[in-house]
Amino acid sequence: MKDDDVIISVKGLETFFYTNNRCNKAVNGVSFDIKKGKTLCVVGESGCGKSVTASSIMQLLPKLSRIENGEITYHSNEGDIRIDQLKKNGPKMRSIRGSDISMIFQDPMTALNPVYTIGFQIGENLQYHTDLNRAERKGQSIKLLKEMGIPLPEQRINEYPHQYSGGMRQRAMIAMAMACNPKVLIADEPTTALDVTIQAQIFELMDKLKEEHDTAIMLITHDMGVVTELADDVVVMYMGNIVENGTVDDVLRKPAHPYTKALLESIPVLGRGKNQVIEPIKGSTPDPYNRPKGCQFAPRCPFADSSCQVMPDESSISDTHSVRCLHPMEAV
Amino acid sequence: MSEARETILTLKDVETHFPIKKGVFKRTAGHVKAVDGISLEVYRGETLALVGESGCGKTTLGKSILQLVKPTGGKIIYNDKATERDLCRLSQKEMMEVNRKLQIVFQDPQSSLNPAFTVFGSLQDPLKTHGIKSKAERRKIIGDLLESVNMRREQMDLYPHEFSGGQRQRIGIARALSIEPDLIVCDEAVSALDVSIQAQVLKLLKDIKKERNLTYIFITHDLSVVEYISDRVAVMYLGKIVELAEVEDLYASTMHPYTKALLSAIPVADLDRRKKRILLEGDVPSPVNPPSGCPFHPRCNQCQDICKKVIPSLKKFETNGYEHYSACHFAEEQLSQ
Repeated sequence: MKDDDVIISVKGLETFFYTNNRCNKAVNGVSFDIKKGKTLCVVGESGCGKSVTASSIMQLLPKLSRIENGEITYHSNEGDIRIDQLKKNGPKMRSIRGSDISMIFQDPMTALNPVYTIGFQIGENLQYHTDLNRAERKGQSIKLLKEMGIPLPEQRINEYPHQYSGGMRQRAMIAMAMACNPKVLIADEPTTALDVTIQAQIFELMDKLKEEHDTAIMLITHDMGVVTELADDVVVMYMGNIVENGTVDDVLRKPAHPYTKALLESIPVLGRGKNQVIEPIKGSTPDPYNRPKGCQFAPRCPFADSSCQVMPDESSISDTHSVRCLHPMEAV
Repeated sequence: MSEARETILTLKDVETHFPIKKGVFKRTAGHVKAVDGISLEVYRGETLALVGESGCGKTTLGKSILQLVKPTGGKIIYNDKATERDLCRLSQKEMMEVNRKLQIVFQDPQSSLNPAFTVFGSLQDPLKTHGIKSKAERRKIIGDLLESVNMRREQMDLYPHEFSGGQRQRIGIARALSIEPDLIVCDEAVSALDVSIQAQVLKLLKDIKKERNLTYIFITHDLSVVEYISDRVAVMYLGKIVELAEVEDLYASTMHPYTKALLSAIPVADLDRRKKRILLEGDVPSPVNPPSGCPFHPRCNQCQDICKKVIPSLKKFETNGYEHYSACHFAEEQLSQ
């Protein structure tokens, strides 16, 4: 792996939440790289820390949480920037957020401001990060909306979010995120609230962005189908740890961690017929305040033994594929 | 599957329109045609899936069947082996009786359980109204029910917040099962759950069905789940059924362009099956003011003149020896593509 392909590298990230004198280790030592022009998919169930990882990179964490340890390095054109050391609302972070790294949120209705027009909200981003004047900003906003496939952008730009349909709102959000041609786009479950036909439109759009602008995309999802369609690299998270990391071929064809394997076996796959066997994972995810010792998946894992009482280190299977398990599955 | 099947429900031109009130005098300005003339037969012991995008009327149809929303037209005939009754014309008292046989599992397990009641408290009400007087007996029945949905008997004295989402959904299923229904409407019963939990609930639903010879009407937008759980599928678009077929048949020989697009849009977790997406343009039109002719024509890539003028009816075809219904003027052409 060449270093000049990597645009954001995260090393040993630990983000903890503090509530009622208790500490939730939401992200507990996570390392991965986001590469230029590639899509990195982060998969996991709810509560596994995938969204917190994204907010850590964007420095959008809520007040009661803190990055305790680790490095987030943004390899910009002007040299490396340590994002974790920047002030949350300092000038540097604000100049990066929204222009170099931008984010799409899950629910466009709550992410857009209902009292401003779509055009204003896209233009706002341009106003902060570019030198364009008002007329140019308007033109640029219209161009962006057109690229996103919104009909009649000249009129639509003066409308408010409630006048848009769900899919159009999400496209308007992507337009906002793409306004300054970011190097990295972080998408936090961008299509979970949308219908499949609209989801397909959004995916097509994201694929296009990746090809045309060489944008690095970090896509957070819980849907293995989405991973298959879009990902180049995959990170599987469970209870704040990365349990498996590799290219999409590595992870989906030769899942090494029992959790990845169980996850793949637990979903019905279209085209495999009515008699396909789906194998649920037994039990449920543990309480984050009352974690099991050692490997977090051990209590639900069919292969666990006494050695799993210690948190296993990451071991690599090939150049691109690594797993955090003492008993990695044999490639079938 | 061609032997004579007993119908449990027959829907005839069911319509559920919601009036839109406007102005000071609450003048009716139009109707939202949520369910617009649906005819359908549900056979005893099968799982019929209703699929479609949001706003296509699938939930309203499910609720109309149970009379949770009163249909504005048509007939829903329920056959309980002895008599056939039109659910739309029953008195409240008669409906109570029938309700014992027809139950529903809701999408959001969090909001469908009362947070102030223990599980026992929530589950005993249906038993009480349907005539089980002694508390000890109710406790026994509920304990058995919880065990049948893979939970522990003691958990009946806990409150909903003490359970995880998957457990809550299983309590919802237990509640629907408590008075031994014939037919359960599952309204997006697994959509709110995490993937690993979803599998548990799906498997449970399948097992229970076999054990108790239930009939499901399974409402969902997830076609991968449909393939796993159902026998027949009805695809809905703007309040109408556009295609109805046996599940294998629907996937193998699709006869409506909408179903085709829907199937191609689903991300499949199988690297060997990555395929070209058929992109639909635009959104689902408003059901207040549906397009003329075929409701799908503005988004259809094979739209022709006739589609803009004539509403296609649901016609019967035969593919691979199965009955297959499609509401497309060019249904047979779809097969050859």
